[in-house]
Amino acid sequence: MISAFFIFNQKGEVLISRLYRTDLKRSIADVFRIQVVSNSDVRSPIITLGSTSFFHVRVSNLYIVAVTKCNANAALVFEFCYRFIAIAKSYFGKIDEEAVKNNFVLIYELIDEINDFGYPQNSEIDTLKTYITTESVMSTSIAAEESSKITTQATGTTSWRRGDVKYKKNEAFVDVVETVNLSMSSKGTILRADVDGHIMMRAYLSGTPECKFGLNDKLVIDKSERGLSDAVELDDCRFHQCVRLNEFDSNRTISFIPPDGEFELMRYRSTSNVKLPLKIIPSVTELGTTQVQYVVTVKTNFNNKLSATNVVVRIPTPLNTTSVDCKVPNGKAKYVPAENVVVWKIPRIQGGQEITLSASAELTSTTHRQVWARPPIDVDFQVLMFTASGLIVRFLKVFEKSNYQSIKWVRYLTKASGSYQVRF
Amino acid sequence: MSGQGGQDAKFFQRGKIQEFRAELQAAESKDKKFTKRKTVLKKIVANITMGNDMSPLFTDVIQCLGIPLLEIKKMVYLFLVCYGRSKADQIHLVIPSFLQDCNDRNPLVRALAIRTMSYIPIPVVTEALTEQLRHCLKDRDPYVRKTAAICVAKLYTADPRKAERGGFVEMLRDLMLDSNATVVSNAVAALSEIGDRQDGVIFKLNLTVANKLLTALGESSEWGQIYILDSLLRYVPERHEDAELMAERIIVQLQHANSAVVLTTIKVLLYLMNYMDNRRLMEYICKKMGPPLVTLLSSGPEVQYVALRNILLIIQRRPSVLKNDVKVFFCKYNDPIYVKLAKLEIMYRLAREENAKEVLAELQEYASEVDVDFVRKAVRSIGRLAIKVEPAADDCIQALLDLIETKVTYVVQEAVIVIKDIFRRYPGKYEGIIPTLCENLDSLDEPESKAAMIWIVGQFADRIDNADELMDDLTYTFMEESVEVQLALLTASVKLFIYKSQSDTSKALVHKVLKWVTEEVDNPDLRDRGFMYWRLLAINPAVAGEIVLAEKPAITTDADRMDRGALDQLLLHTGTLGSIYHKNPETFIRNAAGKALTDSPALNTLSRQVLVPVARNNLPPTAIRIPGPGPPEPPKPSAEPVRTNGSLMPVPTASSSNTDLIDVSASQEGGEEGDGEGEGEEEEYAAAPMGTVDPYANLDNAFEGYLADEPRPQTNNMLLQA
Repeated sequence: MISAFFIFNQKGEVLISRLYRTDLKRSIADVFRIQVVSNSDVRSPIITLGSTSFFHVRVSNLYIVAVTKCNANAALVFEFCYRFIAIAKSYFGKIDEEAVKNNFVLIYELIDEINDFGYPQNSEIDTLKTYITTESVMSTSIAAEESSKITTQATGTTSWRRGDVKYKKNEAFVDVVETVNLSMSSKGTILRADVDGHIMMRAYLSGTPECKFGLNDKLVIDKSERGLSDAVELDDCRFHQCVRLNEFDSNRTISFIPPDGEFELMRYRSTSNVKLPLKIIPSVTELGTTQVQYVVTVKTNFNNKLSATNVVVRIPTPLNTTSVDCKVPNGKAKYVPAENVVVWKIPRIQGGQEITLSASAELTSTTHRQVWARPPIDVDFQVLMFTASGLIVRFLKVFEKSNYQSIKWVRYLTKASGSYQVRF
Repeated sequence: MSGQGGQDAKFFQRGKIQEFRAELQAAESKDKKFTKRKTVLKKIVANITMGNDMSPLFTDVIQCLGIPLLEIKKMVYLFLVCYGRSKADQIHLVIPSFLQDCNDRNPLVRALAIRTMSYIPIPVVTEALTEQLRHCLKDRDPYVRKTAAICVAKLYTADPRKAERGGFVEMLRDLMLDSNATVVSNAVAALSEIGDRQDGVIFKLNLTVANKLLTALGESSEWGQIYILDSLLRYVPERHEDAELMAERIIVQLQHANSAVVLTTIKVLLYLMNYMDNRRLMEYICKKMGPPLVTLLSSGPEVQYVALRNILLIIQRRPSVLKNDVKVFFCKYNDPIYVKLAKLEIMYRLAREENAKEVLAELQEYASEVDVDFVRKAVRSIGRLAIKVEPAADDCIQALLDLIETKVTYVVQEAVIVIKDIFRRYPGKYEGIIPTLCENLDSLDEPESKAAMIWIVGQFADRIDNADELMDDLTYTFMEESVEVQLALLTASVKLFIYKSQSDTSKALVHKVLKWVTEEVDNPDLRDRGFMYWRLLAINPAVAGEIVLAEKPAITTDADRMDRGALDQLLLHTGTLGSIYHKNPETFIRNAAGKALTDSPALNTLSRQVLVPVARNNLPPTAIRIPGPGPPEPPKPSAEPVRTNGSLMPVPTASSSNTDLIDVSASQEGGEEGDGEGEGEEEEYAAAPMGTVDPYANLDNAFEGYLADEPRPQTNNMLLQA
C-alpha cells in the first residue's frame, strides 16, 4: 500500500510530506523531484525505480504524489489522489500552492485521518467536516457522546450522511450535465460521438430521506434487445456509493439516502442516437505555400427557443503563420500566435441558426516546406435545457419519516470542452 | 467550516532550533489560549515538511502534550511520528501521556493514541502498545476497532513474532466477523498485508468466511469494498457453482463510481471464471465487463492509463469483452501521450477485417502528429495491420507509400522497417514498390531501418537492377556502422553474390566484406558468420545459394499474443502495478508476493494444463541443481507437512474457536523459509512434470519491436544517485 504521500509545487519544493511506512525516507522526495519535476518530458503518471513506484497527479500548480514499495493497486492510489483533491477543494475552495501552504496543518490532520498505514479510510467530506475543522477544539470539550456519534457515522453504513441534518425548506436540485465528445473526419463522417453524462445533486433535505430516482433510460447491456422508442439507451452507468446497487441490478430503480449537500449521484455513457448540438463545416484551402484560406460554418442543430452560449471555436493555423485576417458576422475572432490558433468567441447562437467565419492566414516562406499536421478544429460550448443523449429525469421522490414536503428542481446542460473535434 | 481556511503560509520559513526553543519557552507564560505555542508548533511542522531536522526540539515539543487542545496534540503526535524512532532513549517520557489517551472517554482520542503509537516502531512503544491494543481490538466503539485492526498490521511489520505470540492474528481473524463493515474490511486489509509477507502467516478464505465478507461488502465504504474484493482471490472455489454464485453476487459492483472498485471486481470475476463451467454465465459476465471498462476512459487521464493497460491484457484472455468497441479507443488530439500510446496498442489488437478501414484511417491521421514516438508507433501499427489483416494489406501499403512521400525521416525509417516484414508475410506481392524505397536510401540513418533496407536490397538483389551499385555505396562506411547493420551488410553481400555471381562488382564486394569481418572486426558474431559464409561459398557455391536463399518461414502475428498460462497469472494482478508493466510483481518488486491459480476440482482443465507456478525470484540461491540427461527426476518429497494440493487444511492454532473458518497458521511451521514460500515451492514441484517452459519467453514479444516505448520499471540506479 501507499508508503508516503507528498505534495510538491512546480519548483519541486515539498509542501506536504507524510511517511506512512518506515520502508522509505523523506529523501525519496528528491528522487521524485529529479525524475519528474525537473524532467521536461514525463511520459507516464507512474514511474517505477527498482521497487519504488511514484504515482503522480497534476492539479493547478501542484503535484500530488503517492509512493509505494509494493505491487500497489494503481487504480486505488490514483482514486485516493483524486479524492484528496476533492476534499481539499471542498475545504479550501480551491487547491493550489497558496491553499496548501495556508492550511498545511489541517492537511496533515486530514491525511492522517483519510489514510492509515497507506490504506485509504473513510474520506466522506461531509463526515470529515464534523470532526476535522479549522476551528480550535479543546480536546476535553468534545463530549464523548458527540464523538461517538461521529465515529458511528464514520464507520457506519451511511458514512456519507450525518443523522441530524435540518432545513427549514426542503429542496433538492438535480443537474444533468452532459459532455459531448465528437471526433469527425475531414470527410465529414463521424468517427465517434458519445456522451459522458453526470447527474449532480444538491440535496438540502432534513433527517434521513429515502430517495427514488427515475429516468427515461433503458440500460442496454444486450444491444439486441431494443425496444421503447423514447427510451434512451445508456451503455453503462456508475453510481455514487450511496446508491443501492443490488436494487438497481434487480429492478432498475435508483434508490438511495443522499449525502447532505452536493454530490455526483450518477455517471453514464451513451453512444447511440447522440444529437450533436453544433455542426461545424470547415473548408480550408492552402493556396501555394504562403496563404491558407478558411471558411468555417457553425450551425446549431436544436430548437430555436434554446441557444448555445460561450461558444469558442479554435481553428489551428500553420506554425509559420504571420498574420490572420478574420471576418465574422457574430462574436469576435482573433489570431493567437502563441497557440497557433484563431480563437473565435461567440457569446450566443440561437437554435436553427448558422454563421460563417472567413479568414485568410499569411505564411512566411520557409526554406524547406514542413508538412502541416493540421490538428483538428476544437469547439467548446454550452446549451442549457438540452441533452445530447435525450435523457430526461422522470421523477425524484423523497420519503422521510416526518413526511415533509420537498421541492425538486431539474436542470439540463449539454457542453463540450476540449473534446468536440472536427478534422479538416 | 468550509471557508477559505487558514493563513498559515507565513510559517513556511526556515528557522533555527535555538529560536524555536526560545519561542516555546517564552510562550509558556501569558499564553492563555495557547495561541503562541500553537504558532511555534506550526513553524516547527513547516520546517519538518521542508526537510529541516527538528529532532533536537524533542524534549521541548513534548512539553506541549499537556495542553488540552486537540490541534496541538495532533501536531505533537506528528512530531513524534517523524522523530520518535530516532529518540529511543527519550521516548519513554511520552508513554504515560499515550496511555492516558488510550483510555480517554472520547473514542477519537483513543484511536488517535493507538494510531500514533503504532507509527513509532521501537520496542518501548510497541511494548506499551500491545497491552492497549488488546483492549482496543475489543473496544465498544467501531472507530477504535477499525483503527486497532490496522495497528495490528503495523505491529506485525515492526515485530512479526511478537504480534503472533500476542495472539493478535487470531484477534484480527475474529474481527472479520465483526458486526461493523468498516471494521471487517480493515481487518481483511491487515490480514492480507500479513498474508502477503514472506514470513507472514497464510491467509486463505473458505466458502463460509468468503460469504460472510460478501455480506459486509454492501455496507462497506468504497475502500473497504476494495480490500474485501481483493481478499476474495484467497478463496479457491471447490465447485463450479460456488464460483458462479460468488460472481453473481459481486457483479453489481461493476456499477460503482470508484474505478478501483470496478477494476478489483473485474479482477475477481476473471479469477472466478477459471473455476466456472457454465458457458452462458461466462459470456454474460464478459458482456457485463465491457461497458464499465469503457466508462473508465472518462475518468482522469491517470485512471484511463491504468484501465487501458489492463484492457490490453484482458482482451487477450477474453476477447469477447470488448470486441466491437474499437472506436472508443481512437485517440483524442489532446489525450496525454501515455494514454495515446496505450490506446494505439489496443486499436491494433481489436483490428479485424470489418473495422480495418476505420482503424487504418485513424492510424494515418496519427502519423501526421507531432510526438515522434507516437508517430513512429502509428506507422509501425499500419505495417502490423497489413500483416494481421490480409484484406487490408493493399490499403496499408498505399498508406505507407504516402507516408514515405512526406520525406519526414523518422516516418520513412519506420515505414521501411515494417515493409520488410510485409515482404516476408506476402512474398511476391508487393516487391514492385522496391524502387520507391531505394529512392529514400539516403534518409535512413538509424541502424534498425538501415538494416531492414539492406535486407530488402540483398533479398531482392535479382530484381533490383543496380543492386550492386547500391550495395557498394552502402558498404562504403562499413567499418563505422553498428553491428546490426554490419551483419545485415554481410548477409546481403553474400546474397548479392549468389544472385549475380557473374558480376565483378559483386564478387569484389563480397570479398571485401568477408575480409573485413574476418580480419578487421573484433565482434565474434560477425567474424564467425563471416567465416561460415566464406567456407560455404568456397566449398560449394550452389549449395550455399540453397542455404542462404532458402525459403523463410512466414511471418505471422501469432507471436503477439501472450501465452495463456502467463496471462492467467498476470490477470491475478489486474489493476495493480504488475498489470501496468505486464510483469509479475515478484519479478520487479523486492519481496512482492507472487500469485498463481490454485488447483482445485473446479479449475477448468485448460487452465490447469497451462498453470504457471509462482516464480521464486526472491529466495536466496541455496544450491544450484542441474538436471542430468534423461527423463526429469521425480520431485523430491517436500520436508513440510503434507498438504493436499489446494484444499484447505485447517491448522490448529492456540485458543481459537474459528479455525475451521480460516486457515491461519503460524509461520514457523514451514521451516526457515516460511510458509508462504513453501507453498509456492510445492506447487512448482507439482507442475514440473508437465514441462516447465519459460512462461515469460513470450512476454517481451507481445508487441515486437515496441519495447523502446513500452512502460517498464527501471533499475534503481537512479535511486542510488539521489
